[in-house]
Amino acid sequence: MSIMLEIENLQASIDDTPILRGLSLKVGAGEVHAIMGPNGSGKSTLAQVIAGHEDYRVTDGSVLFDGENLLDLAPEERARKGIFLGFQYPVEIPGVNNAYLLKAAVNARRTYQGQDEIDAFEFLKLAREKMSLLDMDPGFLNRGVNEGFSGGEKKRNEILQMALLEPRLAILDETDSGLDIDALKAVAKGVNALRDPQRSIVLVTHYQRLLDYIVPDYVHVLSKGRIVRSGDKSLALELEARGYDWVQEAVSA
Amino acid sequence: MSSEANDIDRLVNRRYEHGFVTDIESESLPPGLDEGVIRAISARKNEPEFMLEWRLKAYRHWLTLNEPNWAHVSYTPIDYQEISYFSAPKSDADRPKSLDEVDPKLLETYDKLGIPLHERARLAGVAVDAVFDSVSVATTFKDKLSEAGVIFCPFSEAVVNHPELVRKYLGSVVPYRDNFFATLNTAVFSDGSFVYIPKGVRCPMELSTYFRINAANTGQFERTLIIADEGSYVSYLEGCTAPMRDENQLHAAVVELVALKDAEIKYSTVQNWYPGDEEGKGGIFNFVTKRGDCRGDNAKISWTQVETGSAITWKYPSCILRGDNSVGEFYSVAVANNMQQADTGTKMIHIGKNTKSTIVSKGISAGKAQNAYRGLVRVMPQAANARNHTQCDSLLIGKQCGAHTFPYIETRNSSAQIEHEATTSKISADQLFYCRQRGISEEDAVNMIVNGFCKEVFKELPMEFAVEAQALLNVSLEGAVG
Repeated sequence: MSIMLEIENLQASIDDTPILRGLSLKVGAGEVHAIMGPNGSGKSTLAQVIAGHEDYRVTDGSVLFDGENLLDLAPEERARKGIFLGFQYPVEIPGVNNAYLLKAAVNARRTYQGQDEIDAFEFLKLAREKMSLLDMDPGFLNRGVNEGFSGGEKKRNEILQMALLEPRLAILDETDSGLDIDALKAVAKGVNALRDPQRSIVLVTHYQRLLDYIVPDYVHVLSKGRIVRSGDKSLALELEARGYDWVQEAVSA
Repeated sequence: MSSEANDIDRLVNRRYEHGFVTDIESESLPPGLDEGVIRAISARKNEPEFMLEWRLKAYRHWLTLNEPNWAHVSYTPIDYQEISYFSAPKSDADRPKSLDEVDPKLLETYDKLGIPLHERARLAGVAVDAVFDSVSVATTFKDKLSEAGVIFCPFSEAVVNHPELVRKYLGSVVPYRDNFFATLNTAVFSDGSFVYIPKGVRCPMELSTYFRINAANTGQFERTLIIADEGSYVSYLEGCTAPMRDENQLHAAVVELVALKDAEIKYSTVQNWYPGDEEGKGGIFNFVTKRGDCRGDNAKISWTQVETGSAITWKYPSCILRGDNSVGEFYSVAVANNMQQADTGTKMIHIGKNTKSTIVSKGISAGKAQNAYRGLVRVMPQAANARNHTQCDSLLIGKQCGAHTFPYIETRNSSAQIEHEATTSKISADQLFYCRQRGISEEDAVNMIVNGFCKEVFKELPMEFAVEAQALLNVSLEGAVG
């Protein structure tokens, strides 16, 4: 199986505070990896660094995507290559039509891939198709980006974007947080529908609950900016039963 | 030696030696302002006596005025004796011969704005052959307008050909004593546009297409008068999205609109004068007085403006809602980037019963710019059931700019309903990162957010202009982030 994402000894800090302290991870094409860990372990930082957030400074290590160094690329270039970040807190952009943003995003990707841009009609057809997949109301498209959306709506909107952009690597940052069980099921259904041998998914989550619905191939536990334990789905269950202290104790022991 | 001294003397005194007769014949007047200059301008335009008297009254009054300083702008004082108050259009010899001689930066901007090739030469001030294709187009427009009875001509032509209309309406909305800049304009204005729409006529076209093709060098003291007679309608478009070459620093225009009973005037402006460089050097000072009078019942005047240019913008397009049930609207987008300063807004004066006004102002500040909204809503005692809704939003890009709101509300009738909403927002780093993570470049993201912010105003613009205005905004804010 080909390696899509290869992270080696990644060290990153924000405002001179080190967060990632030598993290290594390999994600093969078509695999689903879950990254778990207590608050402050660096889960979200990892997601932001892969996406290229400029507040984080990479001090050492490498991140390769399809063998290419990602760290030299601007966030939009990474996105166009097929990296998608589902945000933990999707930002509101008042006045900007959701459909407009989505269409611009789809076309930025298409242009990069040497395809023709799609027009408004084609886009609407495509968007409606994907929305029915997620049980979303088409009225969604005409609202401002995340403007006045409930927590569940925002997360569904993220998955809708993922469905439209068809990324090669999707990193979903706490997509389950703040969702009730129905919303969680809807989001999971959307993500599962997007599982594909050519698409890798990294789920960043605090709770194992999400993994009941999106079953990962691998589970990694993050502590103090490093992966301290890796395993299969059963690791998540063990964590659920024994708590994060168990892993941290095991590491320091 | 003595003959040389004589020559110098003669040069120095030339203005006085021959009175003003020689100056009338010459192409330009030397810098300076006095009654002689005003007489010279009036004579040069073959104006009737009443015009000259009006100009002189204004000039004498202007001498008693001080330049206003209440606006939230600052600039080095203007020396009014250093300005030349009349100059004929540049001769072809002084102009660039072809687009190859024009500043490539300007051409690049035209490209970004999508200005048609044949218009670029004219905008850049290239000496073009008089017989280029737009002439026939303009003639067609002219025929169509005169068929409808619409008068649309340079102001100086109207003064000569329609003195009765000019005499009746000129200064009836903006009196010669109105304010420092309007009074100066009254004394020295060189030309502008005149429009008269007869009773019951719906002007068969936007008065833009024609204007854009035919616009001459209107100069720095422009005067516009638009009269919509009973039951008529006109949509007038002023300005151009393309940056115009202009060497005058001070612009003090006056626009007067008169809407009689059941008439409607829609006046749209896109202003993109040179804003100066990044330090603010060399930009245009734009001190404009624009006012409309809903003189009859059920009249409506609607101002829409997109202001992106000028170093300083001082402008308050206003409506006097005199007729019962009359309606005033003001939709504005004002952009200030780099060192630009804008102090703009409106006045809605409710006099008639059941009068209604709407104000939507969108101010965008970037760089080190200062952007102020200043608006007055006044309800007079006799204005029963007056209504106003004001929405005033500011968007900040970056950390060094400022947005200011100065709303003034005066109500002297208890039945008035006045609503004021104001918001200030910022384009946040999070918003930009979100868009970039979706593959959209930072610049496109800013444009998207700004256009979303301005949507309500853009939809008031005539279609062709709305598209251009959007492109213009993008160009104006280039480099505002990052």
